[in-house]
Amino acid sequence: MSFPTGFLHFPAMPIDIDIAHVARLARLDLTDDELEVYRAQLGVILDHAAKVQSLQGEPQVASAHPLGFVNAYRDDVVVPSLDRDEVLAAAPETEDGYFVAPPALETG
Amino acid sequence: MSPNDLTIVAAGERLRAGDLTAVELLEATLDRAHRTEAQLHAYLTIDRDGALEAAAAADADLAKGVDRGPLQGIPMALKDNMCTRGVETTASSQILSGYRPPYDATVVTRLRDAGAVIVGKTNLDEFAMGSSTENSGYGATYNPWDISRVPGGSSGGSAAAVSAGSALCALGSDTGGSIRQPASLSGIVGMKPTYGTVSRYGLIAFASSLDQIGPLSRSVTDAAVTLATIWGHDPRDATSYAGDYPDPSAELGRGIDGMRIGVVSELAGEGYEPAVESAVSSMVESLAEAGAEIVELSLPTFEIALSAYYLIAPAEASANLARFDGIRYGHRADGSSTETLMARTRAEGFGPEVTRRILLGTYALSAGYYDAFYGQAQRVRAAIQDDFARAYEQVDALVSPTSPTVAFPAGARVDDPLAMYLSDICTIPSNLSGHPAISVPIGVDGQNLPIGFQVMAPALGETTLFRVAAEVERLAAFTARPVLEEVAS
Repeated sequence: MSFPTGFLHFPAMPIDIDIAHVARLARLDLTDDELEVYRAQLGVILDHAAKVQSLQGEPQVASAHPLGFVNAYRDDVVVPSLDRDEVLAAAPETEDGYFVAPPALETG
Repeated sequence: MSPNDLTIVAAGERLRAGDLTAVELLEATLDRAHRTEAQLHAYLTIDRDGALEAAAAADADLAKGVDRGPLQGIPMALKDNMCTRGVETTASSQILSGYRPPYDATVVTRLRDAGAVIVGKTNLDEFAMGSSTENSGYGATYNPWDISRVPGGSSGGSAAAVSAGSALCALGSDTGGSIRQPASLSGIVGMKPTYGTVSRYGLIAFASSLDQIGPLSRSVTDAAVTLATIWGHDPRDATSYAGDYPDPSAELGRGIDGMRIGVVSELAGEGYEPAVESAVSSMVESLAEAGAEIVELSLPTFEIALSAYYLIAPAEASANLARFDGIRYGHRADGSSTETLMARTRAEGFGPEVTRRILLGTYALSAGYYDAFYGQAQRVRAAIQDDFARAYEQVDALVSPTSPTVAFPAGARVDDPLAMYLSDICTIPSNLSGHPAISVPIGVDGQNLPIGFQVMAPALGETTLFRVAAEVERLAAFTARPVLEEVAS
């Protein structure tokens, strides 16, 4: 396939992907070997994906909805929601009607 | 012919004539599943008790003269990314192993209200990310036409079940082609409706601006009647369309005399198998002979649609899949802080393709790269919508192959993500535009593997879409079925 060229508003492809930083942002605890495999694969995919930068013509803003919807509101009226006990039954750990999670910050 | 090999319409006639009961139809369907699942692995869960109860209720209603419409008593399969109250729903991910939702998805409620019999939950690529159903956290699904090959994906379990006769019809979800491509590779009909017309409430989200539920079926009419049952406005989905809905079946059988049909020149050439190109060209000639005016059209942005898709979809996925954190449901790993627990849970629970796409999406949205990647991909999306709009000033519908290739061998693309992504090159533009599209089987290649033909139409153009698709189906007269090796499992 051939791609149109020109219209490069954007900096050239970044070569280095700080994959450990990306994995931290994504909350994925990966090994060094795994990170290296993903870094190499992302490089190939992003090299192809960078072809979006070849788009010619004036920049435009996309709507995410083909029918042109902007927003949808419902009436501000309380309606029944899911049963709390049923929802909590799916959780790994609960106590007194709450989800249980470890501290947000490491302690000790 | 075994009753589970009938179309919905034909089975419905027999149910109403008293020649067949819903329980008999279900038992024949379960028997086929029993004989084919060891080879195919189309299902993750079969809900025998729930299905028998629904079938008995359908028979009781029919005996009383209560007619709930064309899906009453029909055994159907659901892709396992649609929530079913009390029945395990995993999206083929280990992170959701054992999850039993406390509610039904809106499409499931609509099927139950219509008297449909839900046989079970079908396999998919984990979180619908893939084109072969090999990325499942519970093992791959295989193609009924050749069990050494993939059924396509990500709705591969739904496609294999309908193709093999272990369901009469199924629902799938289509984010980049995940209904149409497996339908093409499995020799059945698969349809993606206009974005916003089928509620996504209870569909486990992959990419919210692209995801759409639709039918996989044995005939174009079956797809139309299923769509008419599942679509409609739903206040629980903020993107749901609240205006008037067309009648998908209104112009079935009307033919295409005088219609203008566009052939997309970008969806041909290098990478397309000769048998696929030849079958598609023959069908275009047949459409011309049947009275359509054929217009060759160039839609240049289609060549960068795949690139835009592989930025937009992973970006949305990286945000959607943040909810899987080990706190509220699903798998939980040990951790002394919330972040450690989350990061370990997610590393253990997600498979490689999901991990890859979360990383890709996180990168595309991260500071410094947002404009060059995600922002620019959204501009390409707008340009694609413009290209479609210009095309529909000249033609009523567009046509192309559904997939550049027939079903490929299992394992052939698993180590090359980009090659796998190219499977969706013909289907992705309609997701980015939100327009409806359908795949109709039109023949087989030299190895007896099915070939699909894609029809695309403007937003809410389902009446036109089904009109053209029905003519394609009539002209193709495709009646071939897979020869199944039945072995009791």
